[in-house]
Amino acid sequence: MPFVRKLGEGECGRMSDYLIETRNLKKYFSTPRGLLYAVDGINLGLQKGRTLGVVGESGCGKSTLGRVVLRLLEATSGEVLYKGENILTYSESQMDKLRLKMQIIFQDPYASLNPRLTVSEIIAEPIKVCKTITDKTKLDAKVSELMETVSLADRFMNSYPHELDGGRRQRIGIARALALDPEFIVCDEPVSALDVSIQAQILNLLMDLQQERGLTYMFVTHNLSVVKHISHDIMVMYLGQCVERCSSDELFENPMHPYTQGLLAAIPVPNLQMARKSKHVVLKGEVTSPINPKKGCRFASRCNFVKSECMGEDIPLRELSPGHFVACVRCGA
Amino acid sequence: MGQSLMEIKNLYVEYHTDDARVFAVNGLNLSIKKGETLGLVGETGAGKTTTALSILKLLPNRVGKITSGSISLDGINLTDATEDDMRAIRGNLVSMIFQDPMTSLNPVIPVGEQIAEVLDLHKKYSSQEARDKRVDEILSLVGLLPESKNDYPHQFSGGMKQRIVIAIALACEPKLLLADEPTTALDVTIQAQVLELMREMKKKFDTSMVLITHDLGVVAQICDSVAIMYAGEIIEQGTVDQIFESEHHHPYTVGLFGSLPDLTRKTDRLTPIEGLMPDPSDLPTGCKFHTRCPQCAEKCKNAKPPLYSIEGQLLRCHSFENLAKGNVAE
Repeated sequence: MPFVRKLGEGECGRMSDYLIETRNLKKYFSTPRGLLYAVDGINLGLQKGRTLGVVGESGCGKSTLGRVVLRLLEATSGEVLYKGENILTYSESQMDKLRLKMQIIFQDPYASLNPRLTVSEIIAEPIKVCKTITDKTKLDAKVSELMETVSLADRFMNSYPHELDGGRRQRIGIARALALDPEFIVCDEPVSALDVSIQAQILNLLMDLQQERGLTYMFVTHNLSVVKHISHDIMVMYLGQCVERCSSDELFENPMHPYTQGLLAAIPVPNLQMARKSKHVVLKGEVTSPINPKKGCRFASRCNFVKSECMGEDIPLRELSPGHFVACVRCGA
Repeated sequence: MGQSLMEIKNLYVEYHTDDARVFAVNGLNLSIKKGETLGLVGETGAGKTTTALSILKLLPNRVGKITSGSISLDGINLTDATEDDMRAIRGNLVSMIFQDPMTSLNPVIPVGEQIAEVLDLHKKYSSQEARDKRVDEILSLVGLLPESKNDYPHQFSGGMKQRIVIAIALACEPKLLLADEPTTALDVTIQAQVLELMREMKKKFDTSMVLITHDLGVVAQICDSVAIMYAGEIIEQGTVDQIFESEHHHPYTVGLFGSLPDLTRKTDRLTPIEGLMPDPSDLPTGCKFHTRCPQCAEKCKNAKPPLYSIEGQLLRCHSFENLAKGNVAE
């Protein structure tokens, strides 16, 4: 894979700055119908204190990527580097130590909390498991402090998750992720199950926490307006591969890949002028099957600009302007 | 667009649970013209879905009840209709698209059969062939292959399932379509396709539509008029131009727009509405929004504001008393 090296070359000067980095990361699932290419050769680098937004349609492998990076799923091949060390070779006990630094916030605040534990028990659980605080009074103080951080009133301490609404439940999920004072958090669609006004409260909270604690986020979502708001850099995924990666502003001002352009055009903008101006260009079709995909550009079957070069060869990710990577033969040719 | 198709007058709906009376809809007035698409916007618990279920008389038995008010559709008074009447009306005169296409289809019946079910109930076809031909027609109308009628729901993707749900809803060409968050569960690209489909269908059949949503972006794409609900009341209503362009807005509407990340400009912080929707079993006195309102005055805590009318735009907020010059809609 020549493009892997190419991508590294342009960035090697900053390599050591990365908190999290992946190299040619792959995760295949075997299914009765063949290999499912969920994550297929992802290279990414994430500096401390920054947010990488990972966007794409359902089934593009974005959640799988988040889980593979945390080793909640074992990668098929490739490397995940944490502060320059490949964590995929870590033993169980090394991994246990590392998990203190890496946490996840799940999508569904209804399903990701144990219904039989109280709020304080849920938040204290990671601390108990990892034994970072063993003293009972100190633990209680820590839980109160965490609840205050995420603006949960103390009176909910002994409530059960079902007594709370979605926004408050997601705050519990965030408090739990913060319990071990991590450096890196994967946010797997943390606001998609919430109402807009609650969504805005949670987004503000996540951004405040990042500023206060210098957290690094990998923010997985299908909501492009949210991702623009919270991310410094954005990676657009399609069928397990990265099709475009650049800074958030650059992506929205100058999207190059036809898929990114289609995605951006599909966002319903709450602005009447823009809604009337837009010509309703919609991306035709749906994401094709990730099982045994054909060689060549995986987006070709839905692309309006498809050419013969798109088929047969895998399309490399090329740096077309500084920091702007695109995998399309059309762009910059 | 011309005469009115549906009129809801002073509708009150309550839910009775073991320990509380929940006031879900409190004095709702709404009318929809032929061919009009009305966006019903609000957060979870605002009473949007309850309103739609009241129109269909599908409120949960013994728990949910219309306590007063009337709903008339195409000259028929639905509040007086019997269950038999309603069976003839549902799916025929008015039908509903539910939020979650994954759970609104029967997993053990082929989709073609599920579409045919509506036709069997409401239309008389001379033969099995004629009916099957209609099923094929409907499927191709929503952009699916007629051959897929023998497939089961799990064989379809989310967007395709929602197309099937739309096919079922439109099979009898209803006059009114209630769409309850039809695209919330879908990806943006598929959402754009489904919205495009609904726009086409609306044009083709001149169907009126109530689109329930919390997504103001979707509203801007497809609606002619908008009603914003809060705690079972309409707090602002107007044409889509008034809601998006006018300078006068209810503080709640301002909060809704402030909660949306704006793609057109760079904002560091969103300005959400603080707090939560009030508990509908224990609603505040006066203006129901006063507990979260940044402009709350003493008057708001005690007196319920009337629905003021400013050039046809309706606003339920005391701050518009002078501007409306005493024009009150209800």
